[in-house]
Amino acid sequence: MDLNLTDDRAICQKLLKSLTEILDNRPLRFMEVCGTHTVSIFQSGLRSLLPSNITHLSGPGCPVCVTHDAEIAACLNLVSLKDVIIATFGDLLRVPGPDGQSLKHARAQGGQIAIVYSPLEALTLAANNPAKTIVFLGIGFETTAPTVAATILKAKEASLSNFCVFSLHKLVPPVLRTLMDQAYTALDGFLLPGHVSTIIGLEPYAFLASQYHVPGVVGGFTAQEILLALCQLASAFVAQKPSITNAYPKAVANLGNPKARQLMAEVFEPRDALWRGLGQIPASGLGIRSQYAQFDAVQRFDLKLPKVPSIPGCKCGDVLKGVIAPKDCPLFGRKCTPQNPVGPCMVSTEGSCAAWFKYVGVEEHG
Amino acid sequence: MASAYVLLDAGSGGLASQRLISSCFQKHFGNPILDVLDDAALLNDLGPSLAVSTDSYTVTPLFFPGGSIGTLAIHGTVNDVSMLGAAPKYLTASFILEEGLPLSDLELVVSDMAKACREASVLIVTGDTKVVPKGGCDKIFINTTGIGTLLVDNPPSGHKAQDGDVILVSGAMGDHGLTVMASREDLSFMSDVRSDSAPLNGLVSKLLTGCASVHVLRDPTRGGLATTLNEIALQSNVGIEIEEKLVPVHESVLSGCSFMGLDPLYLANEGKCICILPEHLAKTALDIMRSDLVGQEAAIIGRVTLNHPGKVILTTPIGGTRILGMLEGAQLPRIC
Repeated sequence: MDLNLTDDRAICQKLLKSLTEILDNRPLRFMEVCGTHTVSIFQSGLRSLLPSNITHLSGPGCPVCVTHDAEIAACLNLVSLKDVIIATFGDLLRVPGPDGQSLKHARAQGGQIAIVYSPLEALTLAANNPAKTIVFLGIGFETTAPTVAATILKAKEASLSNFCVFSLHKLVPPVLRTLMDQAYTALDGFLLPGHVSTIIGLEPYAFLASQYHVPGVVGGFTAQEILLALCQLASAFVAQKPSITNAYPKAVANLGNPKARQLMAEVFEPRDALWRGLGQIPASGLGIRSQYAQFDAVQRFDLKLPKVPSIPGCKCGDVLKGVIAPKDCPLFGRKCTPQNPVGPCMVSTEGSCAAWFKYVGVEEHG
Repeated sequence: MASAYVLLDAGSGGLASQRLISSCFQKHFGNPILDVLDDAALLNDLGPSLAVSTDSYTVTPLFFPGGSIGTLAIHGTVNDVSMLGAAPKYLTASFILEEGLPLSDLELVVSDMAKACREASVLIVTGDTKVVPKGGCDKIFINTTGIGTLLVDNPPSGHKAQDGDVILVSGAMGDHGLTVMASREDLSFMSDVRSDSAPLNGLVSKLLTGCASVHVLRDPTRGGLATTLNEIALQSNVGIEIEEKLVPVHESVLSGCSFMGLDPLYLANEGKCICILPEHLAKTALDIMRSDLVGQEAAIIGRVTLNHPGKVILTTPIGGTRILGMLEGAQLPRIC
């Protein structure tokens, strides 16, 4: 494609034109499953420029949003334990548990919670607080898990006895399979996550094309990169030749990162996991292998996921499945706002409801 | 659900702060002067028109590239008084010190304050000191109150933005907020970001002398440019439209924000102002700003409209549009 590489706006306009021509008025419903894609599509203004025959759905791609109420309840139980310091990424702080309480509230009431930017910082915390047990809340997809695995290996090497991980990691391919099996909504293709794919490569998505006849394209995160991926997706859709392709080769190798996968496999093993709104999905999470049991908060504290009632009126599940848009939830922007979120999709800055609220508003501007 | 506790968000300068102000402070203290809710209060009945503003300062760490809690305590209050179109002259300073604070740290902070006062041509004329037991506060809290006289008869205010007005900023956005966050988290690879902490009274005085009609002056501190523009849109009941690519943001701030999942338009600034004035004065104002040391990167970033009152609409670099909302709670680094 002949592009003037210096002008973002001009390139995007050309790509939008191509996309329009490829689709030739056919409707296309695509889903992205990555919080960074969600934010980028809204923040860049791309959403306001997409042709009206394209429907953008944000799927279960924000790690905070897919964290189940029961998992949050278990985290809150951990905070109340004596001599425990919780180490967590910041955006988990605001996720409400079943009774509306979050880690933020627990902190205001004296709970010991440290925000970290990297799991390795939790090791420093452990070294500096020998009388306390540091529990790192391991939340995230395949992108985060290798770093957490490396942290556990490092803790073992350093014989740190006061550090463990509550692993709530989740895996992307199994949830994509569930979306297809359950057919919650019609989908013509997936914009596949750039970050997760750097680790897992293309092969784990192959079943989408071979078994479900749906194309998927791994895309980068700028408006240009997303548009490029959408053009590829539209071509595969129109040609009815579903395949899994890589439109983000500068960051994603088709084979992914075998070394990172090896780290993950050394420390973690697939386990059934609970997803917000989607329920139990077989082998869709990561638990800590028995040889690293000393670093497993589940083993150390005999953690169980409490049974919790679902949040009344919250439609986060339907949003994550692509069944409704955030604005179609009766709580959206009324009872549920970023300040007082009812459901997790409103909490994380990468949640689809929060992105919609922040960049589109409760009522769309004209 | 609303919390029965004060949450950290209420100190972020965004919507959460506003709710606390209206639901508690304004409820009990409310009066016509306070209820204007500008950065400073205007006292018209005390001889020459006086502007007064007060602010408390707490920051971790105490010292960061480009400034310290001491420079902030002077610049912040000097700037708040200036935003009302007044020339700050006298300051009070109160200290709450934590038992065990190294005297050398205190002296460094105080000497920073003295230097900042000299640069801004203001005097500290009275003060107070309290010491609390270890753990009773975090090292050092400072309150300063500034007082000054109005420079013009028709001073700028957040509710005076009008249809057709042009919006300028005096420089790049986000440097202070990102610097403090990077220092707090000890992110040494962000060594090229520096706080923009600076007094704006010199620049404001030149602007008000050189431009016959300045409608709004605000410093986008906590909550950043986005939040302050939203406040102005609400106060003036107008729409605001800005172009993202016209907003100056340093490359180092952009890359730091992208790493931490932050938005520079929501980061605090401590030496920048927003100026809103009629279109025919825009060029003059821009030239005045750019000729001042603290305004060299000034830029015109947008305009005021009667469309979508109360909302700020951003045109993105690729030509799309979206709303630029107010900061909710504190910006939190993300998981990825």
